[in-house]
Amino acid sequence: MPSIAASTSQPVSLWRRVANQGATAFAILTAVLVLVPLMAIFVYLLIKGVGALNWAFLTQTPKPVGEAGGGMANAIVGSGVILAIASLIGIPLGIGSGIYLAEYGRNRFGDIVRFTADVLNGVPSIVIGIAAYSLVVVPQKHFSALSGGVALGIMMIPTVARATEEMLLMVPNAVREAAFGLGIPKWRTTLSITLRTASAGVITGCMLAFARVAGETAPLLFTAFGNQFWNLNPNQPTAALPLQIFVYAISPFDEWHNQAWAGALILIILIVGAVAAVRITVSRGRLKGA
Amino acid sequence: MSDSFDSMNPPQPSGELPKPVTAMPTLAKVDHQRQPRGVIAALEQIRHSRPRNSRMPDAFFRFIILLSAASVFAIVVLVVWELISKSQLSLHQFGLKFFYGHDWDPVNGNFGAMPFIYGTLVSSFLALVLAVPLSVGVAVFITEMCPQRLRAIISFLVELLAAIPSVIYGLWAIFVLAPLLRDYVEPFLGKTLGWTGLFTGPAYGLGMLAAGIILAIMIVPIIASITREVLLAVPQNQREAVLALGATRWEMIRMGVLRNARIGIVGGIILGLGRALGETMAVTMVIGNRPEVAKSLFAPGYTMASVIANEFSEATGDLYLSALIEIGLALFIVTLIVNALARLLVWSITGGQSARANA
Amino acid sequence: MGVGIEVRGLNAWYGKNQALNEIDMKVPANHVTAVIGPSGCGKSTFIRCLNRMHETIPDARAEGDVKVGEMDVYGDGSDPVEVRRRIGMVFQKPNPFPTMSIYGNVAAGLKLNGFSNRKQMDELVERSLKLAALWDEVKDNLHKKSGASLSGGQQQRLCIARALAVEPEVLLMDEPASALDPISTSKIEELIFQLKQHYTVVIVTHNMQQAARVAELTGFFLMGSLIEYDKTEKIFTNPADKRTEDYVTGRFG
Repeated sequence: MPSIAASTSQPVSLWRRVANQGATAFAILTAVLVLVPLMAIFVYLLIKGVGALNWAFLTQTPKPVGEAGGGMANAIVGSGVILAIASLIGIPLGIGSGIYLAEYGRNRFGDIVRFTADVLNGVPSIVIGIAAYSLVVVPQKHFSALSGGVALGIMMIPTVARATEEMLLMVPNAVREAAFGLGIPKWRTTLSITLRTASAGVITGCMLAFARVAGETAPLLFTAFGNQFWNLNPNQPTAALPLQIFVYAISPFDEWHNQAWAGALILIILIVGAVAAVRITVSRGRLKGA
Repeated sequence: MSDSFDSMNPPQPSGELPKPVTAMPTLAKVDHQRQPRGVIAALEQIRHSRPRNSRMPDAFFRFIILLSAASVFAIVVLVVWELISKSQLSLHQFGLKFFYGHDWDPVNGNFGAMPFIYGTLVSSFLALVLAVPLSVGVAVFITEMCPQRLRAIISFLVELLAAIPSVIYGLWAIFVLAPLLRDYVEPFLGKTLGWTGLFTGPAYGLGMLAAGIILAIMIVPIIASITREVLLAVPQNQREAVLALGATRWEMIRMGVLRNARIGIVGGIILGLGRALGETMAVTMVIGNRPEVAKSLFAPGYTMASVIANEFSEATGDLYLSALIEIGLALFIVTLIVNALARLLVWSITGGQSARANA
Repeated sequence: MGVGIEVRGLNAWYGKNQALNEIDMKVPANHVTAVIGPSGCGKSTFIRCLNRMHETIPDARAEGDVKVGEMDVYGDGSDPVEVRRRIGMVFQKPNPFPTMSIYGNVAAGLKLNGFSNRKQMDELVERSLKLAALWDEVKDNLHKKSGASLSGGQQQRLCIARALAVEPEVLLMDEPASALDPISTSKIEELIFQLKQHYTVVIVTHNMQQAARVAELTGFFLMGSLIEYDKTEKIFTNPADKRTEDYVTGRFG
């Protein structure tokens, strides 16, 4: 009769011990390897970015090639314009879809919408850019901040919709029922009560969507297109921060390389800052009650 | 077996029976202080306002909301429509030859997309090879090995990697990663593994290897976070069952956790692949942008997303543009399939039952 | 084939909370010993200390003297992995491995320990399933059905077979039948009765009738201390300690 006792009367074999230690060592190694680039990127951003950051950078437009100095002021403002347009498109449509999915959409059409939102989320940003080009730039016959905003707005929708739906679904039904019981119509309940209860999460979702598209470059390459000068007209090609970073980074000029780092630093600060600001105001609002 | 209680004669309750209830107990007063003020106040305020007939506003609201939801659907349909219709020119001109033609010649109007397909596949595959062990390793580290206090910090840092925009990855890759590769890594690889044919040729730093590495860094957070999710979804009693048999910690992770989570992990990997396929800026900035098929990873290459990024705004002629849009359509379809597959797999672990046994 | 367990001065903590106080207990070989007590009394903690499963919980620790046969469980050179191989455990909720077949489940412990001879593994799997009174029900589907596709009672017997396959000397059972229906429960109880010929069994149960049915010895735990430990008959008919009497007569618990 075979017995395991023979093979296990000795203590745990050396090989198993070694494998155990090895696995632990490997896991630690991977954690280190993953965090090293993160640290490196932030360190470089800080060092090289701060080095090239000055008041001129934040207030001036790019100087012609070969001349020193200049800045990315137009790109920072331009990004603001484009992102404002994007938010005007993405947030209402996203929240509206989210409301539909949570409050009206437990049906076939809701499933379709949910699925298409997921699909939209996975579409590469450059393909969205192509669509925006086709839908806005071609009929208008010129590049514009508007087309860039459309592209980015489309990209915001799935994130906002999903966050809105999730947050609304977390509001207990008892709250809705209490409102109906008081005679409040559904539309009012949804807006003033359900949405309000879920507002913190919805705002966070909007912010995350905003932060994600704020750094997007690809869709802007042939929609907003970029601009070396000031432009506040949404119907004209407009500079954008990520675009400018890209153009400068691949250029052959050292001066522009430095400015690319500075621009990158500003971009990261704006993104992280926006997320942090929302977190703070949302949590503060929540602590105050209601 | 010895007997316990005498179940035939259970002990009797002793003492008097309680008095019968004759009056209704008074209701406790509702304490308004304890309810969330805002909601109640809002309810009261609304209740006092008109109108009574709310059918019109309700229907109108529902219509607006339905419109927004329908707009999402419409947008996707529009996107697909534009992609298909604007690539008709190229589709008709080249047919299937488009996808295996090696020649990308805008000057002569000859467009073959093979170099880009090759570049996309190789850079993504290389990224997966590098990213998967890293991501699974980090996820296992965070969920199974890490001391409690470090857990939140490390997972936050890994998530932070996902927040960095692609163009900043590209910037870093051009000025930090590529010189590193050029001066240290590639010469080393060329000397040691050059015989494989994968590491031959001049070491520019920029090229397929750089693209694969930066892509790997970018997709690690995605794969790691999904892996973490599915690892956490494995019930604790599975881990205990393996430990109780006399297993080392690694054996417990291997047999009790990874084995149960493997379908979800594969889903996460495929999701990472989907992201890598569509990634544009960072890759464009370091891959060298030469439409050639080369065996060596040191050589420059070109991906589908990169060629669109670089050449779209300069494209002269309808055929050129149509060819680029056709590439965009192909990219769309591929990422669609990959993402759908990934979601199916992940959902099957976190949403449904766990895997069935293998034979 | 089983060995006795000797516990001296066992203390256990969850963080700062002490869960077990100076437990002294001698469990005789080839007997079934039941551990009873109200919720939270430490009975599960106790048996999990016997095979060093307690310390796998973060911030949990145990100190004391536990000897299983000749093995000093908490001794200086003792390896928890080895301890757990030699002490088998069956859990409250059946936890077969869903990704493995029935055969795979039973053989899991064997594979861990480096067993590779296929023929010998087949024999050992068959033996374990027979010991667990499951063989006849599954022998035709060993490789085709997954461990999770069995009924609750069968799953638990599968877990018992899995535990027995690595030839432990002691079998610990933490409320093994509490998640099962009455018919499966009685099958498990019959099984325990058979198993004690080969193994020493310690069973935690909150069901006093079950303790009375299967165990020769019973220990009553209350708030982390062992209040009384004696022949089952005595515990239930003529307990020495008032607290024991209160518990077994249902005054609390």
